[in-house]
Amino acid sequence: MASANTHPASNEPVKRIAVGRRTILGLGALGALGIAFGNSIQNFLGNAFGSGLGGILPGGDRFRIYTITGTLPKVANHDYRLKVSGLVERPKTFTLADLQAMPVTSFTKPFQCVTGWRVPNVEWEGVLLSDLLDTVGVKPEGVALTFESYDRADTESLTIDQAHLPDVIVAYRMLGAPVTTEHGGPVRLYVAQMFGYKSLKWLSAIRVVNTVQPGFWEQNGYPVNGWLDGSTGPTNPEPSLE
Amino acid sequence: MTITRTAQSTTRILRFDRVQRSAHWANATLFGVLMFTAIPLYFGSFFGIVFQRHVVEQIHLWSGLALPLPIIVSLLGPWGQQMRRDVRRFNYWTRSEISWMRTLGKSPLEADKFNPGQKLNAIFIGAAIIVMLATGSMLQWFRFFPVPWRAGATFVHDVFSYAIFAVVIGHIFMALTHPGSLRSIFTGRVSEKWAKTNAAGWFKEEQLTKDSPEPR
Repeated sequence: MASANTHPASNEPVKRIAVGRRTILGLGALGALGIAFGNSIQNFLGNAFGSGLGGILPGGDRFRIYTITGTLPKVANHDYRLKVSGLVERPKTFTLADLQAMPVTSFTKPFQCVTGWRVPNVEWEGVLLSDLLDTVGVKPEGVALTFESYDRADTESLTIDQAHLPDVIVAYRMLGAPVTTEHGGPVRLYVAQMFGYKSLKWLSAIRVVNTVQPGFWEQNGYPVNGWLDGSTGPTNPEPSLE
Repeated sequence: MTITRTAQSTTRILRFDRVQRSAHWANATLFGVLMFTAIPLYFGSFFGIVFQRHVVEQIHLWSGLALPLPIIVSLLGPWGQQMRRDVRRFNYWTRSEISWMRTLGKSPLEADKFNPGQKLNAIFIGAAIIVMLATGSMLQWFRFFPVPWRAGATFVHDVFSYAIFAVVIGHIFMALTHPGSLRSIFTGRVSEKWAKTNAAGWFKEEQLTKDSPEPR
């Protein structure tokens, strides 16, 4: 084809193709497909490559590190204390060694943020919250828990029933290592069936109370019961440990 | 003081008018801010302690929302004639432009004002603005979307940001290695020699309308 034929000022009409419009529509369609199926693609990649390589893939196993205060509270292992008080028979302050001496619960479960990102296959290890509550003995009038954080800003809540779910743990290991400061170490909460904001980081205190006191994120508009399935009650009181 | 441009070698042809240059640099600034703030947000594990995440987030959010403005304002105003004409150039390709792109520059081409690679860069940036704005908005106002969509939007936002980094770095590399083109996005003008070499088709077109006054 002679190049002169393509000259815009030539008298001969030149056939032109709207490449720009097609490309933009094509990329837009790809984006829409990605929104619809990205979750499945991501889960597939996460399962195919595991949490190691998955971390460097776009949208793969990647935690977004959030803090309310803008800083990460650093707590040394030997300084760590978990104060359990309120409507209990035997109030107790646990050290990290105390927690590690208790029966160990571990499982592999995803971390799902309410804003959309998700990290599949996270290894969790710690103490069942129900074991901890059995140690201190919840009084009959205690119906809910209030959690506090070393960041002095975040708070959370669970009902006593929710706290007894077999996948709610006080975790001191995560991703095959001690919980790092970014992830809320040395000790954090992990509530498997709820969105990530319920899994309070840098856990410093648990109080047994007689009413549910909405935590920081709930006061900012998030559901008090942050069930992953969007329901308002414990629809799955005896979940299987997948 | 009078400046006379008579000699052939010093004749400068207008490639980008003031509106286009402003739009380019406003757009480039927003892209720069968004890319710069994206790094600590994406690699949170490494930057969590150094940066005030909330502040970085707010800068990223507001720059993102402002992202389409330079292009919209420069296109739609009465001042946007040149801009609109160039968008048509980006959009409509001849067959020889398509084959030039397919062969990565090996097939013959009397180049338009922009070569197909430059056109593709502009088209990609346009598409990226739309996709990033849409997915970014879904991440910000996530409550209105089901959870799998939020995850999908995160995935698309991440994948497109990888592509944007590649394209923008490539764009800057091409600019730095082509001083004549680079100069024109600052001064607006190119030499006749540049036009004949790099945009012969456009140069001929300009010669036909030479006597009409060029908007500045």
